[in-house]
Amino acid sequence: MAEWLNTLLQGLLLGGLYSLFATGLALSFGVMRMINIAHGDFAILAAFVAIAVVEPLGLNPFVVLLLIVPLMGGFGYLLQRLILNRTLGQDILPPLLVTFGFGIIIQNLLLVMFSADTRSLDIGALGTASVALGGDVAVGVLPLIVMAVAVAVLAGLQWLFAATPLGRAFRAASDDSEAAQLMGIDNRHIYALAMAIAMAIVAIAGVFLAIRANIAPTDGPARLLYAFEAVIIGGLGSLWGTLAGGIILGVAQAIGLKADPGWGILAGHLAFLAVLVIRPNGLFARTRER
Amino acid sequence: MSASTPIVERGTRASRVGLLLAALLLLAAIAAPWWAERSSQRLFTEFLYTLALAQMWNLLAGYGGLLSVGQQGFVGLGGYCLVVLGLQAGLNPFFIVPLAGVVAALVAIPAAAVLFRLRGAYFAVGTWVVAEVLRLLVANTASVGGGSGTSITRTVSGIPAWWRESTTLWLALTLGAGATLAVYFLLRSRYGLALTAVRDSEPAAESLGISVARVKWFAYLASAAGCGMAGALIFITKLRIAPEAAFSMDWTATMFFVVIIGGIGTIEGPIVGTLIFFLLREFLSDYGSGYLIVLGTVAVAFMLWLPRGVWGLLASRFDLHFFPVQRRLRNQALKEEK
Amino acid sequence: MSLLVCQGVTAFYGDFQALYGIDLRVEEGETVAIIGSNGAGKSSFLRTLSGLQAAARDSIHLDGLPLGGLPAHRIVGRGVAMVPEGRRLFPSLSVEENLLIGAYSGRPGPWSLERLYALFPILGERRKSAATLLSGGQQQMVAIGRALMSNPRLLLCDELSLGLAPVVIKDIYAALPGIKAAGSSVLVVEQDVGQAMKVADRLYCFQEGRVSLEGRPGDLSREQISLAYFGI
Repeated sequence: MAEWLNTLLQGLLLGGLYSLFATGLALSFGVMRMINIAHGDFAILAAFVAIAVVEPLGLNPFVVLLLIVPLMGGFGYLLQRLILNRTLGQDILPPLLVTFGFGIIIQNLLLVMFSADTRSLDIGALGTASVALGGDVAVGVLPLIVMAVAVAVLAGLQWLFAATPLGRAFRAASDDSEAAQLMGIDNRHIYALAMAIAMAIVAIAGVFLAIRANIAPTDGPARLLYAFEAVIIGGLGSLWGTLAGGIILGVAQAIGLKADPGWGILAGHLAFLAVLVIRPNGLFARTRER
Repeated sequence: MSASTPIVERGTRASRVGLLLAALLLLAAIAAPWWAERSSQRLFTEFLYTLALAQMWNLLAGYGGLLSVGQQGFVGLGGYCLVVLGLQAGLNPFFIVPLAGVVAALVAIPAAAVLFRLRGAYFAVGTWVVAEVLRLLVANTASVGGGSGTSITRTVSGIPAWWRESTTLWLALTLGAGATLAVYFLLRSRYGLALTAVRDSEPAAESLGISVARVKWFAYLASAAGCGMAGALIFITKLRIAPEAAFSMDWTATMFFVVIIGGIGTIEGPIVGTLIFFLLREFLSDYGSGYLIVLGTVAVAFMLWLPRGVWGLLASRFDLHFFPVQRRLRNQALKEEK
Repeated sequence: MSLLVCQGVTAFYGDFQALYGIDLRVEEGETVAIIGSNGAGKSSFLRTLSGLQAAARDSIHLDGLPLGGLPAHRIVGRGVAMVPEGRRLFPSLSVEENLLIGAYSGRPGPWSLERLYALFPILGERRKSAATLLSGGQQQMVAIGRALMSNPRLLLCDELSLGLAPVVIKDIYAALPGIKAAGSSVLVVEQDVGQAMKVADRLYCFQEGRVSLEGRPGDLSREQISLAYFGI
């Protein structure tokens, strides 16, 4: 019994990490109506940059976030402003294929620079610390921190979208990009800012991933798929839905993993397909378009 | 207004030259086992199955407007047909190739039922999930070798080497030329018109009485079957199969590269793209990951600055159409005025 | 100096030419109406003025400064705001948020939420509701208010009366004096000739992308307008 409870709790907290991955993806779809196929690869890129900085300097991985997050944010701004904005339009093929190409480039650049070996960020005792909840039930401190950060990021985004002029501009540009220009909104700039925020969140997700697990240069696509599944399970257009989607995915994977070590990821995919069959619009959909 | 009747035609001078050229090439390729070295034969084989894969992706994305990044799922499935039907059931491997197409199409039916609930870019990522599900299912099945894969040498060991190599080439030729011709004739049929209409504007096609869903469904199944057959053939030449290689994203990456460079939405594009792909590989393959970085960069650059590909550029500049699928309206009177 | 001076404005959609050299002026404090049948180029002209459609640099001047070729989002900052055809409110924004986003460009001037709610009291009452839940007339008020929030020198209105009941149209046009009093000149595109004659100081008639008639409503005869409007 306690064993299963632990599994459930692990899956639930894993959902926090998945939600961090999903939020950036949901943001770029929500504002620009595009999917960044290299989303996961950018997370892995951020993680490897963190590893490259942490190891020689001996920094704390959390401190490194202060460097990586603005760095990836700025990179995201330039990426959108200089390249991805040119691909936006009626046709969905260009943004998809350009970002797909970026994914291939990033994976192979990382392979050249870091080899195919798996790496991780060492956080010391914190990595294994846990809080006992009575009985034999315990939760890790690190997963709790990740979940707290995920919730904080979502709350921050909700505030940004609901209560700030920038958030209004995001929503307006997403509703009707031409009418938004008539309001004096520079869509190219707004899209670039949205991508900057998405990339900043992706950087957090990537660094946390490298703290929690070993990563390899080719891990990006799997991360994209989890993020995508969490977004669809949660329902498009629903900010908190991505957290619910992440949790459902995390729990499904944890249960699958417990049943058979080879079945963890598969169970997650199957949960996604099941939701797609039963509730095509996701569990908490706000918009119907996809 | 002149009373002359415009003439609707499809053929062009280039298309007649193209037909002749294609026929000659075809004959040369069929005869390759008698004149080419074994290494060149292998290269031809590889060229042809790459062309087949590219045509299948082009059919989906270029004509059907369906973006898939999960075609590797059907390639892998086709490859594993060799294990189940060949290694275990003892069928002749070459006989398995068409069967693999049937199997892939059968698997595509439930996949389509789920995936068609997603649109556009979401459909694309969805296809990737399905491919991953297939990979993980295979990797978790011990009887087909599990995650580490299995040797399939035994399925082909009974066949004399010359016949094995030659039949492989002929099959590859059938698939490569067949895929090209199949797309060509499909597009010239009523279905083709419907496909193009669907790509250009779904609501407009719908209002013309075209069932968008059915046309897309058909394109998806046809493409799955083509990829499945190519997959079986590919692994006949590899002699060893493992989930990582069979369901590798690289298959779809290659299709996407070839089609984008060559020219999406044209039949000639994948042929040109495959040529460029093999040339690049010849020069760059020594650089390992660097080679893939170059490929990725070239593809991104094409998408940004030359989205119609090399063939699109040539065709519009020189008005070339070796495989004319659009009906061309020629007005006699207009010509005379000029 | 005239507020808006257009000389030889053209517009293209791919190979299709929608405007063939439009010459048009709007004086400070004037209300100018453009009439014309469907496809005459009225909306294309407003789209070109607002920057949604490319224009040659020197074909459009506002206060003597060239406006042509600027992107739409910068033209708002220069003081030209548009009430687009079909209103184009932002569905995921409330009434008040729609109005607030109108002030995004940050141009200083007389308009504020309070002043708008005084002009259109119903919007104050419904400021929290989703903009698309309002009636057509109320939505048109939001669209006008949204444009006014950028404190425009020149307000462009595309087909204000389209799809609205006569009594509602009257309400909408009743706001015009208040808008002019606050310092905006107005350029309206109107298919309803009677309505245009009533509100405009001067009017232009477009036909197939050209100006076919120009003058003060009182100086123009029915026959002149009919000829300019229909070309027959």
